[in-house]
Amino acid sequence: MGLSLKPSKLTSLPENERMSSLPLYRIRGVLIIFYLFILIIPVFGKQFNFKAFDTPNDSGNSISIYLTVTDNFSTGRYVIYRIDEDNNEFEVVNFELSDSKILEFSFIDSNVKDGVGYRYQLYYTKKNLSSYFILSETSFIYSSPQWYHKKKTPVLIGILIYVLVLFLSILLAKRGGIKYIRKLPGLDAIEDAVGRATEMGKPVLYLTGLERISNIATIASLDILARVSKKVAEYETPLLIPCFDPIVLIIAREIVRESYSFTGKPDIYNEDNIYYITGNPFGYVAAVDGIMMREKPAANFYLGAFYSDSLILAETGAATGAIQIAGTDSPIQLPFFIAACDYTLLGEELYAASAYLSRKKELLGTLKTLDIMKILIMIFILLGSILITFEIDITGFLIR
Amino acid sequence: MKKRIPLFIVFLVGMLMIIQFFIPHRLSVTFYTGFLNWFTAMVLFALIIGIGTLLNRHFKKIKRKDDDWGFSIVTITGFFGMLLIGIFGGIGEGTLFMKLFEFVLTPLQATMFALLAFFIASAAFRAFRARTFEASLLLIAALIVMLGRVPIGDKLTFGFASTLTEWIFRIPNMAAKRGIQMGIALGMIATSLKIIFGIERSWLGSDD
Repeated sequence: MGLSLKPSKLTSLPENERMSSLPLYRIRGVLIIFYLFILIIPVFGKQFNFKAFDTPNDSGNSISIYLTVTDNFSTGRYVIYRIDEDNNEFEVVNFELSDSKILEFSFIDSNVKDGVGYRYQLYYTKKNLSSYFILSETSFIYSSPQWYHKKKTPVLIGILIYVLVLFLSILLAKRGGIKYIRKLPGLDAIEDAVGRATEMGKPVLYLTGLERISNIATIASLDILARVSKKVAEYETPLLIPCFDPIVLIIAREIVRESYSFTGKPDIYNEDNIYYITGNPFGYVAAVDGIMMREKPAANFYLGAFYSDSLILAETGAATGAIQIAGTDSPIQLPFFIAACDYTLLGEELYAASAYLSRKKELLGTLKTLDIMKILIMIFILLGSILITFEIDITGFLIR
Repeated sequence: MKKRIPLFIVFLVGMLMIIQFFIPHRLSVTFYTGFLNWFTAMVLFALIIGIGTLLNRHFKKIKRKDDDWGFSIVTITGFFGMLLIGIFGGIGEGTLFMKLFEFVLTPLQATMFALLAFFIASAAFRAFRARTFEASLLLIAALIVMLGRVPIGDKLTFGFASTLTEWIFRIPNMAAKRGIQMGIALGMIATSLKIIFGIERSWLGSDD
């Protein structure tokens, strides 16, 4: 592009370089100015666009500056000045256009105050000339924060549709409208896995993944833990939960304690079996592998967010002969779990697991929501494909 | 009441977080960063509890002389050793703490990661046993991709393997991945809404 953009120094130009104080006492200077005015300014009038406006969808204290220079514009240096209501003047930006190409320049001036008026002046000089000409000036612009992000409207519409479909599905489910739920063998096997561990007198190992509590997969895993821990409490089998995140540890302890109380066996709840290991992924994997080799759990659950550690965990578990049920929302890790585990929950099945296990009507309704939303997305994809195949552009219509 | 208060807090905070996502105003930004700072502070307190549970478990193992209690001594020595070296020797460049980090911890992590290569081989052996139609398809696809990814394989097939590999990655693989990702995105929204609206209550211990 040949554009060299220099950082803003926020200083005024020297007095002798300012339009308002041109060195008119020099005849040569006057001639050059006259020459430039005659030859260049009329052309400029049609070939550049300079505007400033309050930055949309922002938290305030910023004004956007936009400059377009078209092809035949002469090369040279441009300087944009900001002048506030008290006539204080600052150089906002200063750059040079070294070849004749179309330039689109945008800049966000974030050094302004809300509610104060600022106008911007565009100055230009030919290379090697000390005199600057004012090309354009904006009116007073006022910066202000916005209360609504207009570009997020499609997201808002999407959420509203989702919520509407969710509540309609729940209503339908409560009226007995959901007759069939697709079988998820991985979840049906939970009881068998816990039963096997009980018969063998071995513990059950449950991992919530290698992510923090802020990760939705971890939250989904904790929901499933609530169901699994009830089964474990019923069978009176030890449940080991080595944690990667200290907050997950605290929540897991509460969930398991409540589950044991709910099943009427609070006395067999052992808090020491739920413990923190480390926040270092490979340190955590090494420790869990050690637990598998020493304790030899009969059932391993890997439910949550996993990364490159997934196969190290699952293969070690397979080597110990444990029945393994995995589920993750990482498409890259799914093949590893499929290869090394007995049952794998694929992506969304992890999020559907809690509803599937509970069999409560309102939760089953949320499963139906997923199906309806998927159908809607498929319809949109199909429509988009048709429109793009026949080169029909409806973006203008949608925006209007 | 024991359950209603947490449910109300979750609903309130969840709704506020959704609303703030649509508000660019600085009040909304301040609210969000305030929450994040609060969360960071909570993590620090939780970390103290977490470390407490780790040490408690290992001290108990040593006290009771459980199986493999020697490993617990290694864990506790490592923990307090690094802590004291860091406090008294500093954690800057060239300190003993950093040397232990660079020359002990980092190679140990690399060792764990290197195990992955062997585990991939054993998992692939199991997955590629062509017992079913799907496993056979997987085996064929894997063979093509392996041939397409090495220069000699590509030479042997006159460039056909790499072309087919690209096609496998770009069309069937990408289509399946995107399908799964869309399901995941919808599942995430469903889980969030279920918890915010109190439809999912299993995290409270019971659904009632």
